[in-house]
Formats: sequence, structure tokens, C-alpha cells
Amino acid sequence: MNLLSRKASCNSHGQDSSYFAGWEEYEKNPYDDVKNPEGIIQMGLAENQLSFDLLESWLAQNPDAAGFKRNGESIFRELALFQDYHGLPAFKKALVEFMAEIRGNKVSFDSNKLVLTAGATSANETLMFCLANPGEAFLLPTPYYPGFDRDLKWRPEVEIVPIQCTSSNGFRITKSALEEAYQQAQKRNLKVKGVLVTNPSNPLGISLSRHELDLLLSFITAKGIHLISDEIYSGTVFNSTGFVSIMEVLMNKKYVNSPVWDRVHIVYSLSKDLGLPGFRVGAIYSNNKLVVDAATKMSSFGLVSSQTQYLLSAMLSDKKFTKNYLTENRKRLKRRHAMFIRGLKNAGIPCLESDAGLFCWVDMRHLLSSKTFEAEMELWKKIVYQVGLNVSPGSSCHCVEPGWFRMCFANMSERTLGLAMQRIKSFVNSISDSNNVSQNKRHSNKSSRRKSFSKWIFSLSFHDREGER
Amino acid sequence: MTRNPESELEPGSRKPTRTGMRLIVPLQGIVQGRGGLLLGSLIPCALVYFLQVYLKRHRSSKTLSPSTSAENLTELPRSSSRANLLTRGSIGRVHVSSRASSIAKPNDSPYYIGLDRVQEDPYDEINNPNGIIQLGLSENRLSLDLIEEWLSKNLSASMLGEGGNDLNICGIATYRPADGLMELKVAMAGFMTEVMGRTISFNPSSVVLLSGATPALEILSFCLADQGNAFLVPTPYYPGFDRDMRWRTGVELIPVHCRSCDDFTLNIKALDQAFNQARKRGQKVRGVLISNPSNPVGNVLSMDMLYNLLDFARERNIHIISDEIFAGSMYGNEEFVSMAQILGSEDSDRDRVHIIYGLSKDFSLPGFKVGVIYSFNENVLAASRKLARFASISAPTQRLVVSMLSDIKFTREYMKTNRERIKKMHDLFVEGLRELGIESAKSSAGLCCWVDMSRLISPYNEKGELELWDKLSNIAKINVTPGSACHCIEPGWFRCCFTTLNEKEIPLVIERISKVVETCKRSA
Repeated sequence: MNLLSRKASCNSHGQDSSYFAGWEEYEKNPYDDVKNPEGIIQMGLAENQLSFDLLESWLAQNPDAAGFKRNGESIFRELALFQDYHGLPAFKKALVEFMAEIRGNKVSFDSNKLVLTAGATSANETLMFCLANPGEAFLLPTPYYPGFDRDLKWRPEVEIVPIQCTSSNGFRITKSALEEAYQQAQKRNLKVKGVLVTNPSNPLGISLSRHELDLLLSFITAKGIHLISDEIYSGTVFNSTGFVSIMEVLMNKKYVNSPVWDRVHIVYSLSKDLGLPGFRVGAIYSNNKLVVDAATKMSSFGLVSSQTQYLLSAMLSDKKFTKNYLTENRKRLKRRHAMFIRGLKNAGIPCLESDAGLFCWVDMRHLLSSKTFEAEMELWKKIVYQVGLNVSPGSSCHCVEPGWFRMCFANMSERTLGLAMQRIKSFVNSISDSNNVSQNKRHSNKSSRRKSFSKWIFSLSFHDREGER
Repeated sequence: MTRNPESELEPGSRKPTRTGMRLIVPLQGIVQGRGGLLLGSLIPCALVYFLQVYLKRHRSSKTLSPSTSAENLTELPRSSSRANLLTRGSIGRVHVSSRASSIAKPNDSPYYIGLDRVQEDPYDEINNPNGIIQLGLSENRLSLDLIEEWLSKNLSASMLGEGGNDLNICGIATYRPADGLMELKVAMAGFMTEVMGRTISFNPSSVVLLSGATPALEILSFCLADQGNAFLVPTPYYPGFDRDMRWRTGVELIPVHCRSCDDFTLNIKALDQAFNQARKRGQKVRGVLISNPSNPVGNVLSMDMLYNLLDFARERNIHIISDEIFAGSMYGNEEFVSMAQILGSEDSDRDRVHIIYGLSKDFSLPGFKVGVIYSFNENVLAASRKLARFASISAPTQRLVVSMLSDIKFTREYMKTNRERIKKMHDLFVEGLRELGIESAKSSAGLCCWVDMSRLISPYNEKGELELWDKLSNIAKINVTPGSACHCIEPGWFRCCFTTLNEKEIPLVIERISKVVETCKRSA
């Protein structure tokens, strides 16, 4: 009958992964402290809900911004008709200044090199369309955000070749890992167009070191390829010394006017720093005029509402507000992160030391029944169903070592987080008890459980899950 | 080659120079079979090489200075997303995708060039009375006051609060379904029901919300066709289709020409012919793309014609995309009939029809980026919902639009008044043109009219049409869209949008056009 296109019928959208399966379970039984206290607590959503009050108070004090007014004069007409894909100049200016402020004003950005898109999702996809032809590849360090599978592979048809990172060195990118990934791509007959890193990293929550950044720049220079630095979490860095933007390194005189100058591109968004994912505001920043021109035109397929652009231009132009917001937001994230780490420690669960992000990369290898991904799935299922926490298993992030989980801590109240910590502690205690008892039984049950769990994961059908960094 | 090498030198020169001899002697050597083979082949190659370089340098494309949009921060620049970004013609030193290279190139269609010219020299009654008047953008500026009035009474309730006095940013800030809030789907389905005359009821579950009709079309193109497949499109058609359906999808558009003798109405025989020709070429046709009401012509399809189209699609087992974005801008006497209306309960038919809608035209809100895919095909809906994450509508806008569209009393009043105003402008404009001896195609909807200036062009072809377009732009200082940009097979037709004007600007426009008419008549 009416066949759909191959793209519509395939599953490159990646929605069948366990990452999204957990969401589904959460949606069926969401925790609510009043209505459903036994429900599943959502720890798989990287959202920043800690500083809404700051935004709300600014809006209350500045009704003009949301009221289509400037200095008391209505500009509704202009906004209603404004559809220029170059974006509202005032907004772009305010946004690049905000980006500079986040980086301690150690770099400055030119608003003419900025392209606005409907969220970072759209920004990454658009960059793929601009930099790679279908069938070409990008190298990504693992573990990486599961959404990249969809954003890079689906419509742009770009292949992802992993750069394997392991816990042996804190999941840092190494020269040999880069080279190996490149070789791997060659073996698969894939032309590598670039490297995509997230800095600070999702799901690791760590800022890339200067060494890693230099390594990346040398690597792309040697191979003649691009580098995309997704800096969407740059404003969530709560230990201020750590984060270095690729732009800062690029400003180093040996790179200015070198070939690499044109091959480094930044992706940004207000979804994490300002906690406004619903606003759908993303951006591409590049020194490469061709990329900016092409991306600008492509942004027609995902423009930001003029109403939102104006509202945010007013907010971000208020320097007093932005300074206060960034400081306060960082403080709150730091505190919340510390609370979470304490809770984990209390339960005897280690995690990767991090300085940024809305989540932690938690080490539950010691709780696995075996060093396998099947055991990881087993454990994950227990955590979702028995413990009542939706977390993201490392396998969904393409981690090479089983037993790691991403757990988000900034999308709930302190009380809820406390409850989550209690649940984890009870769970860990119960495991150590039952471990002693069921050691004998385990071997016989393992193989049958493994089969049914794998089947269960792959047979689930899912509705679309939104926003899940 | 027996001529004396000396005679190969330019006439008028006397003796060959020493260097000349040094060059020529080895050549002569080759000719005479003596040892100058290496030099004799090197030198001509070198000469040819330098000749190529010389030619290349002088053949390089004209570089135009980039247009500067008003960088003035104290006022919003009035420009459209279709404005062309003219680059300095330098291609980057790095390898980008072939898609990027072709998309970044300056667009040479007069549609985009015209929009750019207006941006550089826009008419303003007070500040720039000799600027170019914009008639090339189908934008409705007639009824924004009505929306503004509504906003002044309803804004605070509608914007951020969720049924209360507190600004609840959590409600709109956090992630929501990629394909739009359910409340907005409900409101939009209700609005579409109103707009299409309440003859059918649109179902909120079949609505997918996107940031504009542009991504809506692209997403449908991705869902219904593979790279290299094609859609049949009756001409003349909206120039933006070439971008929306083709750029990143690799899908092709096959124009199916409609003619003035048929009032530019769809012709099933022509569709059939085009389908067969495509098949012979080995090209797979996946569907037909129509705009109804038509952009640029402004006519609507009769119920009969819609049935015929559906029959055709069924027989060929292809899809129909019906872009109905102007459905609410009817001013003629006919009733608008949506594709949705003629669908029976037969599943096979329902699965092949997909409708595009949005608030940019009927509701004058192009800046807010609100578009809709409405489909009866569950698989298309499922795929579109997932793709919607690349083009979601900004949450504050969703919230605002929910309030607006839910106020049915307001929307009814708005649509009624808006239609009256469009009709008035249309009649004034068409009459004004008629006084100059210029006729327009019969139209009953939309924001533009399809004007016949074929008698003013000479020669009677695309070149003549573009010359007239240029005159209109440079002498009359009005920007209109030439038919060739819309792939019209008959030269001399122009799309003129009149809803960007106010009433007193019409006589001014007519007067300016008359100057060019005079010029053409004199030179004829």
C-alpha cells in the first residue's frame, strides 16, 4: 500500500534504546510526593530546575519583555512579522555576550558568526548536514549522549565511530584512542569528517582538560577534519577552574589563521544553563563563513519564535541579572551535587569525580552479578522497578564497560532527592544481604533471566520521548 | 606545418626576439623530429596551463557586496527569512558537505534577489518615500491591530500563568512533547475546523505541530519519499517549495504545467502524462503536491477536481500533500473545500492524504513559527512526531497561541474582519491595474494576485519577462515576483501581494506601475 520512505520506516531514530524505555516506565508510574509517593523518581532527565525562581522574579519585574513592549511601546507588529533567518540582532548580541560571560570573558564571540536554531538538537543535525555527506562519519568519544544516534544518523545519514574511553584513566580521551577510532573507520571504509565532543561531557559531567583539547586540535589538524564542541553544559560548571572552552584554546596564536581556525564549531543552547528547554533555543557558532551561510539558510527548518527571541534578548541584556544568575545557579548546582555525592557515598557507591553537568556518572560495577551488559540490564531493571528510580544505563550511552549509570540530580526538589538517596541505600543494603543467601542459586537462574530481559528490552514499543539529555 | 616559424608571429612585428626564437626553435624541433621532444611537450602544456589560469580568473562569477540588514539595534529590521544572503563568492578552504556548498551559494532566483533589494532600500512613507515597495512577500499586515487589541486585554492571563496570578515558568520551561502541547493541538484542531468552514471536524490526535509550514513540508518530504524520488507539482508554484521539499531530502519536483486558458487550474491529464514520462525515465513518483488555495494564482480547487485528484492518486498509489495554508484567507464567493472533506471512510484513501497548515498567513503571525502537519496516516504521524523534535515550537509561543485560538469568539471575529479587509484591498488593487489595461487571473483567496503583463514584455519569453521585472524594480521601485521564479510556463505573469500595503499606498503603486507601462508601450 502506501509505503513510507525508508527513513520514516527505519529505526535510526534510536527511540528503541533502553534510555527511552526507562522514560516509558516512568511515565506509567511517575513519582509525586502527594499523589504517588511510591512512584518512580525521574533521574534520567538532565534538566535544571534549580533556578526557576530567579527567572520568574526577573519576568515579574520586567513585564515589558513578555508583553511585546520595548520601553513601554508595543512592538508586537514587528515581532509578529519578523521571520528573518538571520535572527533578531539584539538577541544574537545578548546571546554571544552571555556565552562570553559564562567563559569568564576570556573569549569574545562575534554575533555574525552565530546561527540560531530550534534547540541544540537542531543545531547538531544542521551541522551534520553542513559538514558531512551521507555515509561519512564522525568520531565520538564514548560514553556519549544517546540522542546523538538520532541527531547524527537519521536524516543526515552520518555514521558514528566511537572513540573508546575507559575508567582506567577517568574516561579521558587519549591519543591512541583517537587513532584507533580513525583506523576503525578506515577499516569500515568510512570517510571521517570530524570529531564531536561534548564539553563538559554528557554523561560524564567532566570538563575536558587543556591537554585533551590540544590533543583534539592536533588530531584534526593532522587528519584535516572538523571538530564540533557541544558546550551546552558550559554554564553548569560548578567548580569554576576546570572548564576551558575550545574557543579559548583556539585563540592561542598558533591556531589563529591556521587551517584549523575554520574547522572548529561550537554548539550551544539555553536548555541546560538557563533551564529553558521548552523555549527551543540553540545556536551554532563557527569561524567558517561557508558553514555559517549554509547553516543560516538551513535554519529555516527550525527557527526560533520571534516572541522568544525578544523575551530572551531583554533578559540576557540585563547584565546584572545574568551575573547574579550564573553565580547563584552555580552555587545551587554545587550544593545539590555535593548532597548527591554524600548520599551515594553513604550507600557505598562511588562515582566519577565531576565538576559540571546536571548528573553524575555513577559506578555500580560492584553491584553487578557479572561483568556483563546483561548483568547491567538486570541491575537497571531492578533499579527502575524495585527501587523506583529511572536512571540511564551506560550501555545506552555506548560505554564499553558495564556497570556505569548516569543519574540526574537537578530536576527535582531537595526532598525528592533525599528520598531517592534513601531508596538507593536500602537497595544496596538489601543486595548485600541477599548476595550472601542467593550465591548458590544465582548460577542456574542467570542464563534464563538474561534471555528474557534482553527480549523484554527489545520488544517494548515506545511513544516519542522528548528532551532527554 | 611547413610554414616558416617566423610567419607565426604577429603581423606587423619584424624580427622574432631571441626569447621568441628560444621557444619556437624546440617546437620546430619536434615538428622536424629532432630532440626537442621534452621541451616541445612541456612548453605547450605550460602555455595551455597559463591560458587556463588566465581564463579562469576572468571568468569568475561577479562578486556582489553582501547585503547589510539594518544592524540598528533600536529597531527591528523588516525582512523575511527568504532574504538572500549574498556572500563574497569565496568558497571555504575546508571541505564541507556538498549540500552546504550548494546551499551557501548566493541564490540567483529573482524571488530572493527582489527580497534583498527591498531590504537594502525599503519604502517608508516618511523616511524613504522613493524606496522599493514590497509586493513580493505574501505577508498579511492588514489585521494585526485586531490581534494587538486582543493581547492588550488578555496577555497576562495567557502568557506565563497557568490559571493563576503566579508566573509559573516551570510550566513552560521544561521539556514537553516534541510535537506540541496537547492543549495547542486541541486548540489548533478547533481553529482548523472553524477555518475550513465547520464542514468537518479535525482531530487533535492527528495534529503534529512544528515551527512553521517550512519544516512541516520538509518533514513530510522525508517521510513520504526517498532520495531521488519525485513529487508532481502543478505550476505556477510557490518558489519556496524548491527549498522545502528538495534541499536536504534529495527529492525532486516535477513541474506539471497549468495554463491561462484553464485559469491555471490543475489538469489531471497533464498530471498523468507527467507521471508516465517520469516512469519512462525510471524516476519514481511518490505523490502530488498542491497548494489549495493556490499560491501564487489564488484560485481554489472545486470539489469535483479534488475527487479527480484523489482518484488519480489512488490509481497510481501515490500520496497527496495539500498545502492549505491560505484556507482562511478566502474573499471570493466560492466555499473552500479541504482535501480532508472529501475523504471517505475507506482506509486506503485516507492514508494517502496529508495537509499542511499554519498561522503565518491566515493569522498574520509568521514570526511565531507555528505550522501543522495533519495526516490520516498513523505511520506518517508516528514518524513526523519523532522528526518534530528538530523543529518544535517555542513553549511561550505555544502557550500564547493556545489562549488565542481557544477564544473562539475572537477568532471568528478576526477571520470575518480579516477576510473583508483582504477582499477590499484585492478589489482596489485589481481595479487599479485594470485601469492601466492590466488584467489579473481569476482568484478568490490568498494574499496576492496573479497579474498578466504579457502584453508589456518584449520579447515574449523569460528574458523579456525578467527585463520587465527589472524595470519594475528599478524604475517603478516595486518588488514583485516574476512567473519564471514560480516555474510558470507562460511568460509575462507576475505575483503581486497586496496585503503588505495599506489603502493609500495602492494608488501610489498603480501610479508607479503606470510609468513602466508607458515606457513599455513607447518602446513597443
